[in-house]
Amino acid sequence: MDEKTKTQIKDMIHKNKVFIFMKGTPDAPECGFSMRTIEILKSYKVEFGYFNIFEDEEIRQAVKEYANWPTIPQVYINGKFIGGCDITEELHKSGKLKKLIEE
Amino acid sequence: MENKHQMLTIQQIKEKIEAGLPGSKVEIQDPRRDGVHLKAIVIYKGFKDKSLVEQHQMVYATLKEELKEELHALGIETHEE
Repeated sequence: MDEKTKTQIKDMIHKNKVFIFMKGTPDAPECGFSMRTIEILKSYKVEFGYFNIFEDEEIRQAVKEYANWPTIPQVYINGKFIGGCDITEELHKSGKLKKLIEE
Repeated sequence: MENKHQMLTIQQIKEKIEAGLPGSKVEIQDPRRDGVHLKAIVIYKGFKDKSLVEQHQMVYATLKEELKEELHALGIETHEE
């Protein structure tokens, strides 16, 4: 990935406390995993930023490399990669996600 | 894309993960019975002291080629033992 794309990704995940790279938009997710993850984030009544990876093929490939994570969605909190749908759900159930969001 | 998911059988995924994480026990579930939205439950001693992200990355690493074709519908659950 080039420096410009890397900077774009860094900006997105650092300018938003909670950020998600997803398929579709929060109001119209285009994949069951993105939908489930968005439902969890919405339940915390926290503002979050998002990027629809279908809008930019370069970003779509770059985020996989950036997080060393091959799938979408990808959730970041305070600039740190948290995980995909499964981990977000696991942290949600264990109460750890709440702590991360409130940090 | 959907066809490529189906080309990879449950048995193949199980074997790939077990080969990549020696000594692991892998169960592949097909909760929707569609052969597409699969879930891998992986028990592996090597997960000890690894973060959840690292544990999932270790599983993904065994399926590197398959994931290039966006085997995105693979849920993962990891356990130490």
